[in-house]
Amino acid sequence: MSAPTTVRGSFAKWLLNGYAALALLYLFVPILWIVAFSFNRPNGNYNIQWQRFTFSNWTDPFSDQGLTDALQESLKIAAISTSVATVLGSLIALALSRYRFRGGNAMNLFLVLPLTTPEIVLGSSLATLFIDWDITRGFTTVVIAHIMFQVSFVALTVRARIRGFDWTLEQAAQDLGATPLRTFWRVTFPLVLPGVLAAALLSFALSIDDFIITFFNAGSLQTFPLQINGEFRVRFPPAVNVLATTILVFSIAIMVTGTLFGSRKKRV
Amino acid sequence: MTVPTIADEPRTNPLAQRAEWLGLTAMVVSGVVLMLIGARWVTGPLAVFAAAIMLGAIVTLVITAITGGPEARRKIAPYGLLKPGVLWLALFYLAPLITLLKSSLSTLPSRFAVKAEFDWNFGNYRDAFTDNAPQFGRALLFAAIATVLTILIGYPLAYVIAFRGRKYRSLLLGLIVIPFFTSYLIRTIAWSSLLADSGPIVGFLDLLGLTGPLSTLGIMDNGKLINTPAAVIGGLTYNFLPFMILPIYVSLEKVNPALVDAAQDLYSPSVKAFFRVVFPLTIPGLFAGTLLTFIPAAGDFINQQYLGNPNTSMIGNSIQNQFLVQNNVPLASAMSFVLMITITIGVLIYTKFFGTEELA
Repeated sequence: MSAPTTVRGSFAKWLLNGYAALALLYLFVPILWIVAFSFNRPNGNYNIQWQRFTFSNWTDPFSDQGLTDALQESLKIAAISTSVATVLGSLIALALSRYRFRGGNAMNLFLVLPLTTPEIVLGSSLATLFIDWDITRGFTTVVIAHIMFQVSFVALTVRARIRGFDWTLEQAAQDLGATPLRTFWRVTFPLVLPGVLAAALLSFALSIDDFIITFFNAGSLQTFPLQINGEFRVRFPPAVNVLATTILVFSIAIMVTGTLFGSRKKRV
Repeated sequence: MTVPTIADEPRTNPLAQRAEWLGLTAMVVSGVVLMLIGARWVTGPLAVFAAAIMLGAIVTLVITAITGGPEARRKIAPYGLLKPGVLWLALFYLAPLITLLKSSLSTLPSRFAVKAEFDWNFGNYRDAFTDNAPQFGRALLFAAIATVLTILIGYPLAYVIAFRGRKYRSLLLGLIVIPFFTSYLIRTIAWSSLLADSGPIVGFLDLLGLTGPLSTLGIMDNGKLINTPAAVIGGLTYNFLPFMILPIYVSLEKVNPALVDAAQDLYSPSVKAFFRVVFPLTIPGLFAGTLLTFIPAAGDFINQQYLGNPNTSMIGNSIQNQFLVQNNVPLASAMSFVLMITITIGVLIYTKFFGTEELA
């Protein structure tokens, strides 16, 4: 990058940097709000106006039974749906990037379709399917719904990560006498693993956070976001901020570990 | 050790010779069959027959893989890998679109009936348009404005990270993703508090003396921000901003910085160099970002629920209300279907003009 030589050029450069910094700050304003308000002692049922600083919300983060149960449901759903979707999606990604085959282009297009369908259409259409089959909506239907939108997401993310890999390594392993199974575990699997883990992590987050699709297929089940939304008519307790902050800290920790793990892998 | 080569392949096995064709057919056939059974298009004995065809296709594939030798296996492998995911999508993505269409042409036997009866009732579509035209319009308008705003905010940020981030690039990129790790719903509630009349944003604008001018411009409503179209659009912009930044960043990352230097040498003013050289190379990213922002924004109802008022309601609110509150599933299905068709047509036209091979 050439250094700007004129005063005007340098000014423009700082202007752009400042603008970008403001944009980054904008992304964090509500996050800072959420964290700050976990230390607020609200007047009344709604924790939306700053009153007094307190640590008391943090003494027992899981004291709110309804929210804690809902969070547990969300984690269970995310764990199951992410496991299934990661397997299904990674297999698709492997097929698309590892092989050239008839119908590959149509397949690429088909995979993008669920991502270019508005969530409300995905949610309401799946609900009409369950109504048609007289299936009571609840835990299982939410898991099914989450897998549905995660599969495409995982497939495209993993495919992007493993595009351009040198697949002749597999051939080399087999030429050296490795069985196909051994080739897969010793060569293919370690190659695709970082991409698969990254995709799994993000789709886990998508599952916990999903509102619209879940709302249509949950029946009486309460996930974390659904519980907050349902309670908002009567209250918005600081426990929400406490739990959200906890999730945030955990996610950042996992992401940082993942990045370190990923960069260590790259050096090998 | 014998390394299998094409010459070893049993040429005589008729299944193995048509391995690729077989793999593709088996996948498509079982996908379509599963979709039709899922949508209850085929039922009863016909469904059993269809299921038998599906099983037959899979069994033929397995036999081919076992007897066909390495070359045939290599040809079938991608279809085998695709199949579980494709079948899942056939049953839980494609089949629901058929039941949605069926539901949109149904009639509720009574006000309190749970299940509608299919009777080619096009009246739902008439109701969808007559009662909810403004909601459709607002959804498309708000989503379009939000998309433009995400470009204006996100592009410079992606540019700075890509070209000036140096060793902090992955850290900065990580920062962009962090908002994803707090609930989208809670972030929207956070905005409702931030934009409230006594909140910091209105206070800040008041301090700068901007409430008057902004009210005149129609962005604020008599010094209020919450429950205005601006608040809803602002919420949509905020919530979908990372979906714009990331694809733009990905396409910027591929631009060779030396090219930018060369362009500045050629065209001198940086702005001109940017628009001649860098910008065209990022059109794939902009394209993907636009779709990832506009589509979810157009169907959203959370932002309007928490940041808007009844006069800002979008089509998502109507669908959600009719489906889950009023229990008028046929009408909600009709609106949902219209939204999907509108967006699909829009995407096709948009792809025709700006589309690239590199979508997603």
